[in-house]
Amino acid sequence: MTAALQMQGVRKSFGPTEIIRGIDLEIPTGERHAIIGPNGAGKSTLFHLISGKYSKTAGRILLNGTEVTELQPYQINRMGLSRSFQITNIFPRLSVFENVRCGLLWSMGYRNSFWRLVDTERALNERAAQILDEIGLLERCDLPAGVLAYAEQRALEIGITIAGGAEVIMLDEPTAGMSHSETEGVVELIRRVTQGRTLVMVEHDMGVVFNLADRISVLVYGEIIATGTPEEVRASKAVQEAYLGAVDAGEGEAH
Amino acid sequence: MSATETGSAATGKSGDRTGAEPAWKRVADDQMRRGAFRRTLPVWGAAFVVLMIMPLLFSSAVGVTIMNQMGISIVFALSYNMLLGQGGMLSFGHAVYFGLGGFLSVHVMNYVEYDGWWLPLPLLPFVGGLFGLAFAVPIGSFSTRRAGTVFAMISLGVGELVAACSIIFVAFFGGEEGVSGDRTMGPPVFGSEFLSEVEVYYLIAGIVLVAALFMYLFSRTPAGRMANAVRDNEERAEFVGYSQRYVRFVSFCASGFFAGMAGGLFAINYEILTEENLNLVTSGWVLLMAFIGGVGFFVGPIVGAIVLTLLQTVLSNHTELWQLYVGILFVLTVMYAPRGLTGLVAMHGPALRTGRLGILARAYGAAVVPLLAFLAGVVLLLEMGNVANQSVVGESEAHVFGLTLDVSTVAPWLVALALAAGGGYALVRLAPRLRDAFARATGQAGAAS
Repeated sequence: MTAALQMQGVRKSFGPTEIIRGIDLEIPTGERHAIIGPNGAGKSTLFHLISGKYSKTAGRILLNGTEVTELQPYQINRMGLSRSFQITNIFPRLSVFENVRCGLLWSMGYRNSFWRLVDTERALNERAAQILDEIGLLERCDLPAGVLAYAEQRALEIGITIAGGAEVIMLDEPTAGMSHSETEGVVELIRRVTQGRTLVMVEHDMGVVFNLADRISVLVYGEIIATGTPEEVRASKAVQEAYLGAVDAGEGEAH
Repeated sequence: MSATETGSAATGKSGDRTGAEPAWKRVADDQMRRGAFRRTLPVWGAAFVVLMIMPLLFSSAVGVTIMNQMGISIVFALSYNMLLGQGGMLSFGHAVYFGLGGFLSVHVMNYVEYDGWWLPLPLLPFVGGLFGLAFAVPIGSFSTRRAGTVFAMISLGVGELVAACSIIFVAFFGGEEGVSGDRTMGPPVFGSEFLSEVEVYYLIAGIVLVAALFMYLFSRTPAGRMANAVRDNEERAEFVGYSQRYVRFVSFCASGFFAGMAGGLFAINYEILTEENLNLVTSGWVLLMAFIGGVGFFVGPIVGAIVLTLLQTVLSNHTELWQLYVGILFVLTVMYAPRGLTGLVAMHGPALRTGRLGILARAYGAAVVPLLAFLAGVVLLLEMGNVANQSVVGESEAHVFGLTLDVSTVAPWLVALALAAGGGYALVRLAPRLRDAFARATGQAGAAS
């Protein structure tokens, strides 16, 4: 069985600075994979490379065995990869309902049609409402998305990301800036909506990471220094030296 | 107010499935019911009735002429708003599609007259639309690559290019005289050869209704909704599977089609097109109409087209400074009412729904006299200044508001200054009370107390 996502020697330079320095990683279908690492390690850059926002300096990326290295973001999305953003990235002036509906249009085959009216398509509107129900925003559906509270916007962001039914979901720091109770809610939401799909997430909250992830990759200065189950990563000497050591002590008391 | 509910919202409840029908089903039904086209039918019916009876209310030749011009402007401004309001594309060259559609329509009119082409006149705007589309496709294919400054600059360049061509290619554009035709040479439609202005009015009114209807429907299609989405956040649109460039391209082509239709209407109404119909002045004028009316509303450009056509036709009869007043109106709109005249009306919606418009009416009532005094003072100063500035020797009479004022004497200046200063001062003093009344009427202050 081919892996959902394969990276082979992926590199990215901005001018003389190499941010991503040769990534080789395979993420099997159905796995929940977390990428952790200190600030500036290149986690978000790696996300931008996979999803097509940035061009690659070197290397190949394969989605379900098909090469996507040179494709545009919308082409990669059509092939079944959907992502969220670290900074909330929604359609602020459209209603919450419309945000999700726009996330659905392409995947439900509407393309750029101008001979059908969105308000007459029952399947489309029911699917949008179901997703809103799932992310807990059903009662807020008529508000402009821009006026939602921060945590709600993050939930909407996840809703747009999963709406298209992509098999590979990438979430960039889904719990950033959230309170403890809000984080718990989002973790449950992520667990539910990524059931049976492949999840790749960047996350700083170690509680979330060890709670959700099947496997973890540790990214330091543009290189993956370790990949493995949470226990393996916790036990890894290299990781402790490079990154986890200080954090783990704090985490240990919290749990 | 929403911050208090974040905790429960993010936890993702699985729905209130207590009733027979799940909550999401109710929401979906609700959205479809509210978005249903038949809900807007009364509005379209009312528009039809108004368009039909307008010539009975304003039957003078001048009235019909102005209304014809309004109709053309409405279609043109609505097509422009498909770019600016719906798609987030600021164009400085939209007259290209209006003008080219119009020029080709006049040529077709001449083919009908001289070469025996068969084309009933009501179909000519659609021909104009196809020509507008024919130019929008190649130009849009490269100009819609990016929105924002890049798009604006390309539209400006293309506008200049076509305007320059119109002087060079005399055979097609007719040089400085332009190209003229005769609309009455086609086959009669229901016995009408469109000899009179009123007959042309009804033709234009019909096309306005059809074009507005289809532009409205376009905004409710997947292509139209994604135009809004790309306007809001082009990056996010790419990550839900849409090419921002192609989404803009589709809107651009549709917009070019309807601009060409407006050009066809222009050809029918005036029977002549000249270079100035596709130059930057016309491109700027349609921007003013859409923006002053309000680009965030479907009816905004209609309001703008009506108001600016009135200023252009009626006000210009009374003062040579009318363009200055339009300019001031535009600047004031940009600074204080970015949602346009329609936005000014729409912001009273909450007060109307809660029945608290009375609070506002009293506050506005108190401001009417100072406002009128201020406006009168400013207009007097501008008009008298204009006369004084360009006075031939011995010519010192300004005609304003039906008065004849001698600008070489001091008294009118003092009166005008007093009106402007007094009215302005009173308005500044009244401003806090107006703001307070508005807050109370819309319930913003009520929630706090």
